[in-house]
Amino acid sequence: MSDSGQKGDILLDIKGLKIQGFSDEKWHDIVNGVDLTLRRGEVMGLIGESGAGKSTLGLAAMGYTQPGCKITAGEIIFDGVDLAKLSDAEKRKFWGNRMTYVAQSAAASFNPAHRLIAQTTASTIRAGLKDRSEAYSDARILYDALNLPDPEHIGDRYPHQVSGGQLQRVMTAMAMSPRPNLIVFDEPTTALDVTTQVEVLSSMRKIVEEFNTAAIYITHDLAVVAQMSDFIKVLRYGYEVEEAPTRQMLSTPKESYTKSLWSVRALEKKEQEIGQSILSLKGIDAAYGVSKVLFDVDIEVPKGSTVAVVGESGSGKSTTARVITGLLPQTAGSVHFDGTELPPALADRSKDQKRRIQMIYQMADTAMNPRQTVRDIIGRPLEFYLDLRGKAKNDRILELLEMIELDGRFLERLPSELSGGQKQRICIARALAANPDFVICDEVTSALDQIVQEGILKLLLRLQKELGLTYLFITHDISTVKAISDQVVVMNEGKVVEQGQKTEVFQPPHPGYTELLLSSVPEMDPDWLTNLNAKCADLKG
Amino acid sequence: MTQDPETYSALGEVGAFQERRTLWTRIKLDLKKSPMTARFGMSVILIYAIVAIFAPLLAPYGEAEVFPVPYAPWSSEFIFGTDQIGRDIFSRMIYGARNTVGIAVATTLLAFLIGGGLGLAAAINRSWLDQFLSRTVDVLMAIPSLIFALVLLSVFGSTVINLIIIIAVLDSTRVFRLTRAVAINVVVMDYVEAARLRGEGIGWIMRREILPNIMPPLVAEFGLRFCFVFLAIAALSFLGVGIQPPTADWGSMVRENASLIQFAQYDLKAGLTPLLPASAIALLTVAVNFVVDWFLHKTSGIRDE
Repeated sequence: MSDSGQKGDILLDIKGLKIQGFSDEKWHDIVNGVDLTLRRGEVMGLIGESGAGKSTLGLAAMGYTQPGCKITAGEIIFDGVDLAKLSDAEKRKFWGNRMTYVAQSAAASFNPAHRLIAQTTASTIRAGLKDRSEAYSDARILYDALNLPDPEHIGDRYPHQVSGGQLQRVMTAMAMSPRPNLIVFDEPTTALDVTTQVEVLSSMRKIVEEFNTAAIYITHDLAVVAQMSDFIKVLRYGYEVEEAPTRQMLSTPKESYTKSLWSVRALEKKEQEIGQSILSLKGIDAAYGVSKVLFDVDIEVPKGSTVAVVGESGSGKSTTARVITGLLPQTAGSVHFDGTELPPALADRSKDQKRRIQMIYQMADTAMNPRQTVRDIIGRPLEFYLDLRGKAKNDRILELLEMIELDGRFLERLPSELSGGQKQRICIARALAANPDFVICDEVTSALDQIVQEGILKLLLRLQKELGLTYLFITHDISTVKAISDQVVVMNEGKVVEQGQKTEVFQPPHPGYTELLLSSVPEMDPDWLTNLNAKCADLKG
Repeated sequence: MTQDPETYSALGEVGAFQERRTLWTRIKLDLKKSPMTARFGMSVILIYAIVAIFAPLLAPYGEAEVFPVPYAPWSSEFIFGTDQIGRDIFSRMIYGARNTVGIAVATTLLAFLIGGGLGLAAAINRSWLDQFLSRTVDVLMAIPSLIFALVLLSVFGSTVINLIIIIAVLDSTRVFRLTRAVAINVVVMDYVEAARLRGEGIGWIMRREILPNIMPPLVAEFGLRFCFVFLAIAALSFLGVGIQPPTADWGSMVRENASLIQFAQYDLKAGLTPLLPASAIALLTVAVNFVVDWFLHKTSGIRDE
């Protein structure tokens, strides 16, 4: 919808907004008196940890509250109208018309039974902004602007026929279709690979600039927000911590909380000397049924060090871990652990061999039985491997809880009563309970907020030093690799592309894939995306 | 919860901590919020249970005590009259609660033991065992169960033990399917993989990792399955191959007194007599369904408040 607004006019003005949510038979404050001003054509970055109220505030900017939430005070003035005072029927005239929303998980937000183009244009046609053929041809223009392959025909596909990154861009096209004044992006790239994320970010930025749309970009990834926004607002516990233009915020953050957010990325481990190998994979081939996923993989893991395995999803990182643990017996090659060859199948390994290799999972939520208390979760390996009972077991559980910087108050809690970082810590304690030598960490920090990530990484480093653990660290995040690893293995399509000391691998020149992977990781430099795109254009030109 | 903006600490992290209630207070809270239908259902079940347990104390006469007046009308001596050979119908109704309901409960439990155990094993194993069990269950389910039960009972003889085993095996197919379906969703969770990596045996994984997470649908199914078993036993008794006389049982009581219904035009009370055990069956089935509905609604997380 185009109207007479000029760039720079105030579009959205939120004053003293308070939102409460109902849970556990009480009302809790979610947003505590936040002010926000957004002008036409501006992009505001909204950052904070989970539970900071970012998403609630983002939705409230559209006058919407999730079920179980209510706006208790404040005004939301959108182009002169206070949305907080309107009925749902009146607000619906704005939604999908003058303001649109891009959700975090595109895959969960599309109706699998309709073609993409029908979903892209549905609200535009319903609002009577364009007729069907106009809306369809406009959608194709948008697909093209978002760099989607085959923009003429991609709209005829169903959601499951395109990739996650493409779906996220189709969703952006859907949001742009009515030419709204305001788009709210709620963590739109969190679920994507780094290489895909770059493409999606570039096309989102391009389209927002092209149509002079105001946008609110919600994320917990600082590097991403640096690329997208004109100014940044930091939220914590539903309060505003700080707001400033992007460059100023990055170079001179005022509040200590903001500084601590910024410092996370500075963590870097000093590289260790290569010692004796504790685990070596030689010529590993593996397959799921008939489809082969690993091709001649050789990996050496020196004792007491951290080897990071990096690559996109589908590159065979997790499959490698499954071969090491014995869940997926290899079809060729051998796994040697501390001098002896491990039997390929888990069932053939001895209890002690199982004990010495432990695993920590990406999603702590699903890695712990929701019906077991912390005491049961940590206590079971003690009982199982070390035959500890009664007081000895209890003392050891408390000792382990202290090691992971928690205490006895957590003993009787269920996983659902822990925060994301605490859950991951309990999973670490469960792995440590077995007194392992070798720990496989499968994307252990990728589901966590940055500040929590830093805490977990520091904990893992400290434990390595104290207990002499060896880690195999699977990740797709390069800043995590810098923070924790000594050696790096780059994988792509089931093969090892490059392997060596961290400094060597990160030193140019890189083989093609490593270059792509490294250059795709957003940096905390507001010009990074612009430079990267210019570089790509140069290469193409 | 500390809200210190300066430092990060794992202890102070915002978690969704809620007050832990004891089982008893939770049950009391749930009961307080329960709808009328569920309360009605629970009271009926409770009354049936009391009647079943204290049958010898409550019944005025013995289960198989024969009086010289067959088909006696309703009177103060025989509240619901007597049957075709002169047994007190009221007393037999009371003993019937014990026999019919008791056998139905035992059968349902056995069906769950067989179906649940094999269902879990199939879900964990997922290879030849799963294939074998699932196909066997398909075959059993393809045969109409009442007719199949009739055939088997005629072959093996209508003893209480045979009755329990045959109906339990036939009904365990449904339990197997449900258990396998819900367990498969849990088996793929990382915590089950973690238990497997630890080297836990199949028994531990079944009992400790999976079973607690699939309890709600199984408990609901237990209620429904009980109704079906109960009705199947009553139907078999009505057909004459179920619980055998002189054991009092509602299904056979309906059959034995069925002819009385044609006297309803002369004596309404006499006509009602065969309907009494029938309505006892119906009432319990409805009551159990009310409770199961409420339980399913509560545990499925669908809230309409």
